Amino acid sequence: MTTDARPLDYGAMAKEAGLTAFVVLLLTIVLVGFELRDVPGALALFTRFPDVLAACLIAFFGRIAVILLREGYRGAVVVGAGAAALLLLIGLLPETLFGTAAAREYAEAYMPFSAPVVRWCVFAAAVFLAVRAALARRSVRADARSREAAADRAGATVQHVARYAGPLLGLCAVALPVALGHDQQAMSVAILVMTYIMLGWGLNIVVGLAGLLDLGYVAFYAVGAYTFALLATTEGIEWSFWVCLPLAGLFAGLAGVLLGFPVLRLRGDYLAIVTLGFGEIVRVVLQNWYGFTNGANGISGIPRPTLLGLSWEEEAPEGQMAFWQWFSKNFWEVQYSATHEKIFLFYIILGLALVVNWFALRARRMPIGRAWEALREDEIACRSLGINPTNTKLTAFGVGAMFGGFAGSFFATSQGFVSPESFVFIESAIILAIVVLGGFGSQLGVVLAALLLIGLPEAFREVKDFRMLAFGLAMVGIMLWRPAGLLAHREPTVRLNAPGKGKTP
Amino acid sequence: MSRPLLEVEHLTIRFGGLVAVNDVSFAAQDRQITAVIGPNGAGKTTVFNCLTGFYKPTVGRMRLLHAATGREFLLERMEGFRIASEAHVARTFQNIRLFPKMTVLENLIVAQHNTLMRASGYTVLGLFGYRGYKRAEAAAIDRAKYWLDRTGLTERADDAAEGLPYGGQRRLEIARAMCTEPVMLCLDEPAAGLNPRESEELNALLRFIRDEHKIGVLLIEHDMSVVMEISDHIIVLDYGKKIADGTPAEIRNDPAVIRAYLGEPEEAA
Repeated sequence: MTTDARPLDYGAMAKEAGLTAFVVLLLTIVLVGFELRDVPGALALFTRFPDVLAACLIAFFGRIAVILLREGYRGAVVVGAGAAALLLLIGLLPETLFGTAAAREYAEAYMPFSAPVVRWCVFAAAVFLAVRAALARRSVRADARSREAAADRAGATVQHVARYAGPLLGLCAVALPVALGHDQQAMSVAILVMTYIMLGWGLNIVVGLAGLLDLGYVAFYAVGAYTFALLATTEGIEWSFWVCLPLAGLFAGLAGVLLGFPVLRLRGDYLAIVTLGFGEIVRVVLQNWYGFTNGANGISGIPRPTLLGLSWEEEAPEGQMAFWQWFSKNFWEVQYSATHEKIFLFYIILGLALVVNWFALRARRMPIGRAWEALREDEIACRSLGINPTNTKLTAFGVGAMFGGFAGSFFATSQGFVSPESFVFIESAIILAIVVLGGFGSQLGVVLAALLLIGLPEAFREVKDFRMLAFGLAMVGIMLWRPAGLLAHREPTVRLNAPGKGKTP
Repeated sequence: MSRPLLEVEHLTIRFGGLVAVNDVSFAAQDRQITAVIGPNGAGKTTVFNCLTGFYKPTVGRMRLLHAATGREFLLERMEGFRIASEAHVARTFQNIRLFPKMTVLENLIVAQHNTLMRASGYTVLGLFGYRGYKRAEAAAIDRAKYWLDRTGLTERADDAAEGLPYGGQRRLEIARAMCTEPVMLCLDEPAAGLNPRESEELNALLRFIRDEHKIGVLLIEHDMSVVMEISDHIIVLDYGKKIADGTPAEIRNDPAVIRAYLGEPEEAA
């Protein structure tokens, strides 16, 4: 088994592993080692040095395992990591299964970390190492190029699968409320994730297709939200959601075109900086134009959407009927439940997101989509072919902004309240991170990235102290292993000859 | 002879204090290959960039005539992309400018953007599967196929353009320019970096374009084997000035041209 193993340099190995442990120590001593807790009447500093020590030891032995794997000693890694995993399993299972205090003490003797999730992550890492060692055919380090090619192949496979998996995923989304409909918390998370998926798809048109790096996307989200909030709450207007939605999108699109004009000549980093500035300008205006936007207090009392005039309240307003009453009258008896409204909201955002998805997929095969991509590749060549770069860029900006506006007006109606707080820069950064993480231009990648970036933190709320740490780790990992994004692969929009995998043009 | 396809009169371009092109006038005929030659830094590419709208001339007039319709275009007054979309002047670049991540076929389809854009009802109708757009797209693919055939790239149609060998990328750029249905094709050093066999193929392609598509070709080239063999007319620039203008045979024996290329003879200095 260790035929292709190279002789080990124990000194170098210890040095490398020690260095890794030292870096982990530096990172964790402040982030993990100390905790400022709010005790009645004061703040108290608690220490968690056992956690730090455990992290360092894990890093040390993990690194040794990685080195052994690299040098070809697979057997040793299988045995070592396997044993570690087994030990952890014995230690961790009782607590998860029985949840008794004794079991918890037993588990904490194994691992000092207070959150079970972290302990299970360590277990998962050990299992991963063991499996990887058992499966690795040869311990050749792939160079960056072949790794990139492999990533592209993986992306291509996923895209081929996506033709069937996409509709399947859509069906899953449609069926989701059936499974989770009773759980209001879960539905809220699902709505949140769906909103980010929609925003990701919208921004993907601007960044992924047209290659215009927009760091102020949240501005259009804000314009949509405020347009809706103002139209729906201003006395004398008070139009319904379904009237305001297209208007909000239209206004946001208009804002996109207006903001797009001055930045047309800019590219890349310069464009990013200016759009970042615009994003902040919009927020600051919303915050300070007190007479119009009610400033930092925000706008409250935004009406919820109705279904053909049916309200989702328990007691419908005068002249309307509540959904549950209507349903009971016409179909079968149901009790009022607050989750009905959540389910309805989920379907609205699902529908909106699917519209964006449909548009993005169709537009790629339209002349405008190809012009966007061509513009991303080479603007000068575009001009020499008679493509109007101004119009092409503005449509990308406008369309992306319009979808952002739709999402914004949905946000306003689902929250019932908007304030400038919701439209800070970090939102733009998260949406952009979703696009980058998923892989520029990949629709399925955006879904995956939104689940990872929005869904996982919600699921791991109990370890919220480490959320930003995990976020950073994930980003570093992506940059190392998948610099082009999780599912980066560009599928041609038109083919002359059918490719090998049985697809007709 | 009828009125020329392109008339350039008193073209002057200054960059600050530097006079890149100084009072150059020439004409290019329809169905002819006109070559612009000269030593490095003579201002050839600058003239091209003016003709295709990337620079605005300081002084001068560039008049393009569409023989079929009799319409006249004053290129110096037109915005860059309109020179391509309305006056139908197509160009290639000295350092190839393809859309590298897009496939060869897509490169050729993008070149037909304006036609397709109209056919798709400016995207709105196309989004909903309008039939006229599908027909137009099929026609665009047919035209692309024709040029792929002509340039020997059919096999590579679905590969990314960046994957083509150098000579293939040069040919693709010409094919892409031809897909815009130009009345005048401007080629900036199309033979640069080609081996002798590829140069030979390029000559055949340019002759085919001139004879079968009956358009004017304007050519910047250093490779004299290409220039002398296929040009109908040669213009020689040196230090931004026109020093000679004539048929290949005349140029070959022109003392001013020989001086510009080989330097002054010792005894005359």
